[in-house]
Amino acid sequence: MTLNRWIALSFLIICLIYGYTAYFVMDAALPPFMKRSPIWPSSFPKVLSALGIILATIVLFTPRSKDKEPSAGDINYRKLGEYNLGQALGLLGLMVLYAFSLRPIGFLISTFVFLVLSSYLLGERKWHFMIPIAVLTAVVVWYLVQQVLGIYLRPLPWFLTSGG
Amino acid sequence: MLEGLLQGLATVFSIKMILMVVGGCLIGTFIGMLPGLGPMSIIAIMIPIAISLGDPSAALILLAGVYYGAIFGGSTSSILINAPGVASTVASSFDGFPLARSGKAGKALTVAAISSFVGGTFGALLLMVFAPMLASVALLFHSAEYFGMMVVGLSAIAAFAGTGQVAKALMMTVTGLMLATVGEAALFNAPRFTAGIMDLQSGLGFITLAMAMFALPEALYLVLDPTRSNTGGSGDDAIKNLRISRQEAKQITPVVTRQSIQGFFIGVLPGAGATIASFLGYAVERNIASKEEQEQFGKGSVKGLAAPESANNAACTGSFVPLLTLGIPGSGTTAILLGALIALNVTPGPRLMIDQPEIFWGVIISMYLGNLILLILNLPLIPYIAKILTVPRNYLIPFILFFTLMGVYIGQNNATELIILVILGIIATILRFADYPLAPLLIGFILGPMLEDNFARSVQLYGGIEFIWQRPMTLGLLVLAFVLVFLPTYRARRARIRAQGIADGD
Repeated sequence: MTLNRWIALSFLIICLIYGYTAYFVMDAALPPFMKRSPIWPSSFPKVLSALGIILATIVLFTPRSKDKEPSAGDINYRKLGEYNLGQALGLLGLMVLYAFSLRPIGFLISTFVFLVLSSYLLGERKWHFMIPIAVLTAVVVWYLVQQVLGIYLRPLPWFLTSGG
Repeated sequence: MLEGLLQGLATVFSIKMILMVVGGCLIGTFIGMLPGLGPMSIIAIMIPIAISLGDPSAALILLAGVYYGAIFGGSTSSILINAPGVASTVASSFDGFPLARSGKAGKALTVAAISSFVGGTFGALLLMVFAPMLASVALLFHSAEYFGMMVVGLSAIAAFAGTGQVAKALMMTVTGLMLATVGEAALFNAPRFTAGIMDLQSGLGFITLAMAMFALPEALYLVLDPTRSNTGGSGDDAIKNLRISRQEAKQITPVVTRQSIQGFFIGVLPGAGATIASFLGYAVERNIASKEEQEQFGKGSVKGLAAPESANNAACTGSFVPLLTLGIPGSGTTAILLGALIALNVTPGPRLMIDQPEIFWGVIISMYLGNLILLILNLPLIPYIAKILTVPRNYLIPFILFFTLMGVYIGQNNATELIILVILGIIATILRFADYPLAPLLIGFILGPMLEDNFARSVQLYGGIEFIWQRPMTLGLLVLAFVLVFLPTYRARRARIRAQGIADGD
């Protein structure tokens, strides 16, 4: 089965769960006075789930067109191992790490670490470029966001700031 | 209209607004040049900044500047290094790159700049004429017709997604609509589909989704496939002699005029954006050219460069018509603009011209100014700007990722949103592997609440779904939507020779 169909199948399952919630769970929880209204919170989702199920089935059972050739800029997922998959996963991991570190460690250090580690991961070894650029970016963006746009970003780790 | 124009002039001609136009065009041109970053990603990244400006006209002017700046920048990289930064400038590389290769890079850039300028200016002129007309018709619409219009818009976007892709595009649209139902709906004031997760109570953030659908997959694609960001050359080899001869000017004049008008109307159609306009413009001009000129196409014809360049810029402007008059975006990019406007408490639609004329006219006037700025910018500065093409990917990619994260974080101030971003980004990348179009998903997500509201209101008014056949216009629109969806499927059976994957990226 191609990825295309796996996606259609997963979508079908999601639609079934979504539809089940719309048709049964939501209606059962509906307060009696709202039942007199011609439109319920579940009305639109019901239509959507029905449409989704029909579309997923169509995609699932459409015969694969043979004349389709992958265009030059596309990535052939069947040969994913030949691409820089490790780097991509590493960067995603760094993003998650950044999300978790942003609050406790503060914006400045998290950003610096994120920028340095991600360019290191991509193969950059010129520390004398990397470090100044990362420091500059962290400070400039923090200044712009906090001072110019007025959105609070905790700059420093928890033990160096009071509250916030 | 004169009054509106004056108001627009008054809005735009302040230091702040001119800075917005210049800044937007510059940023758009810079990033648009980078291969692999399309206008949708650029605008998605710029949105948090635009929203935090707090002023809707300034935000829209900035984002519009970024939009046509990106298209403009894309054409520069198409011409100089044959690496189109955006899909809508792919057609420009057909003749632009051969011209540059034969040592006429300067000439090619001049032709592109002038064609884009004329295309954009023509587009703004037509927008000024047609938008008020359409808006006055749209004022007669009831919620039932709005519902119908939105269904037409969504179907058209799916229908243009490409042969054999209609069902997949519709599936993505439905996914977007389903994602839009997550959270507390304004109408019912009860949480839906949150699975008890508090962070989902207010629904998914539109910036998060926009970033996850466009910016993140593009960055991941750049990581996965290093050749994508391979810029080929330094791009600064001798851009001299920007002049074009009088004979060439004569040659491109009719082409530019025709394509500006054609491009504009293609841009107005929902679903068909600058990309389709540029390809179609190129094809039309090649077909109507004389035999010996046809020979030149693809080998460095100035006509072949002028056609897509004027068409794509005119189409960008054209796509603002449905956005500003109906509040219905015709493309992914305008959908993102719509999302930004909604975040700023502006509801685009036929009332926009009456209630907030300064936004409406300000945007139109800013387009003239923006095109002028791009012309000034493009001609003398291009050799220097082209240097950005040499930014190494080791720095480029971390920065794209960082700005994606930052955009989501300052929009919501919530670290959980970043995790949602990563998860949705991975899903979007997998969807892109399997050739599922992502723009319909985002458009569905943005139109979802409006679609449901109008549907609910009509049902409440008519006590059921009778409104569908009791209001002829609604019925007509829904029939049109039906035809739009089934026509390509029907035609696909007969002719299976269309190029794939043209529709993404604008």
